[in-house]
Amino acid sequence: MRDAESGFRLNEASLVKQAFAEQLKLLSLSFPALLLVGFIVLAPIAWLSWLSFVDADGFTLANYERLLNPSYGLTLSTTFQLAFLVTAICVLLGYPLAYIAAQLSAGAARIMLLCVLFPFWTSLLVRTYAWLVLLQKRGQINTWLQDWGFTDAPLRLVYNFTGTAIGMVHIMLPFMILPLYAAMKSIDENYMRAAANLGASPTQAFWQIHVPLSLPGLGAGVMVVFVLSLGFYVTPDLLGGGRVMMWSMQIERSLSVYSDWGAASALGVVLLVITLAMLWLFSRLTGVVGAAAGGK
Amino acid sequence: MLRRPATSTQITHLQRLWLYILCGIVLLYLIVPTLLVIPMSFSGSRFLSFPPETWSLRWYKAYFSSAEWRAATWVSLQAAVCTTIVATITGTLAAYGLHCSRLRITKLLSVLLVLPMIIPVILIAVGVFMLFAPMQLNSSLTGIVLSHSVLAIPLVLITVTAGLRNFDLNQEQVARSLGASRPKAFLTVTLPQIKNSVLSAALLSFVVSLDEVVVALLIAGGDVATIPRRMFLALRDEIDPTIASISTILILLSILLLGLSQFLDRKRSK
Repeated sequence: MRDAESGFRLNEASLVKQAFAEQLKLLSLSFPALLLVGFIVLAPIAWLSWLSFVDADGFTLANYERLLNPSYGLTLSTTFQLAFLVTAICVLLGYPLAYIAAQLSAGAARIMLLCVLFPFWTSLLVRTYAWLVLLQKRGQINTWLQDWGFTDAPLRLVYNFTGTAIGMVHIMLPFMILPLYAAMKSIDENYMRAAANLGASPTQAFWQIHVPLSLPGLGAGVMVVFVLSLGFYVTPDLLGGGRVMMWSMQIERSLSVYSDWGAASALGVVLLVITLAMLWLFSRLTGVVGAAAGGK
Repeated sequence: MLRRPATSTQITHLQRLWLYILCGIVLLYLIVPTLLVIPMSFSGSRFLSFPPETWSLRWYKAYFSSAEWRAATWVSLQAAVCTTIVATITGTLAAYGLHCSRLRITKLLSVLLVLPMIIPVILIAVGVFMLFAPMQLNSSLTGIVLSHSVLAIPLVLITVTAGLRNFDLNQEQVARSLGASRPKAFLTVTLPQIKNSVLSAALLSFVVSLDEVVVALLIAGGDVATIPRRMFLALRDEIDPTIASISTILILLSILLLGLSQFLDRKRSK
């Protein structure tokens, strides 16, 4: 009797062990990807952060003290201004588009979404190049503006803040529209019907029912656009023509022009901390951390 | 027609006509600038305008006859194909493992794998540059493929995980209870059913690599300059009209890839 019982326990223990081994085996399938990400992204960034705090004599904050220089403050404020402006315009343009797309028939919505996905799949550089050509002094936009009599002299549309904002909104807009559309698509139309039935005007129903229900999508869109804009490099560099200095450009300059690893690593740590802080803030506000991480 | 209600709140199409006009303008803003590059690339003059004053294939000839651009094209294609292979295989394995495993740590590991998408790419580029310098991997195809793969893995993970969520894992259990080993069950039962997600993920990885500028700017010097790197440097100096012809080719390629991904999406949702 006792033998049978201990045998049973032994069996159970080995089954548990086997099940655990099985789970570990499954987990190990993710090791190649983890190894790549850990080795190529995480380890160097950890090392970079460490570098920003040490010099020949050991621990130091000198690299960060240098960041108090007003020129860095200007870069930081430009970066935030641009990110805020781009995010705000994306909301103003993206929300109506997603709103209409979510109400259209499946076929029409499909065509609309294709128009949104097309820039998404087109090379970033190609789109920046298109804006460069269109917005330049003798470019198409200025030609049209002059032909139609809106302006006498060509406007300065590129190599400044305006051009950078126009180009960046174009690149970020799909990131705003897609989550908004997904959120609005899942809103039950009966809520709006009920609001109308209870005497709400279309405007009231929109602001009191539709907008609150679309907030998760709006939160996700704002988070993605804002965070991507903060770290953006290519478009501000080309369309800003040296007049718009973003934080990420400062990092590249301090390496390629001054070969200053101390400054570059400190700038990098600051950008990383700001990015993660923004993500944390947004996820607290809207509870969309799952969407951002894509996790279960 | 315009006086009919548009939604159940009884607002008429006429009352929100401004909304339709705004949407129309936004849609034009999204697609027209890019598409204007296509006719402009056939311009005969050095100054690109729309419509071109004279038509010619001048800038296409300039592209195809330039050894530098041809070399860049070849490097970009090689990098994109290798990145697609590395990222799709490692990403799919990770998605499968993390989806099936019931250990608590999987959530943390998924977040770690998505980090390359969240961390500003300039930071990844600087880190990669620093890591590859002592390993002699800067200015090598291997270096480009490794760094591009890391950027593509998050997209593969997200896409394939979404596919796995629509798949009933019990089917695999049935196959295994009938004597198939786990790898065999995965290859013959699971994989065919998440095939479209995996292919979508592969397309995305290809585009990520083909489009990547910032990392290439730091590490892809000399003989392994990619197309985006050359384009970026050319645009910084002066606007060379040859870029219009390359852009047109890239636009057509992206239309093709977008069409392909839509086709896969449709098949997946059926």
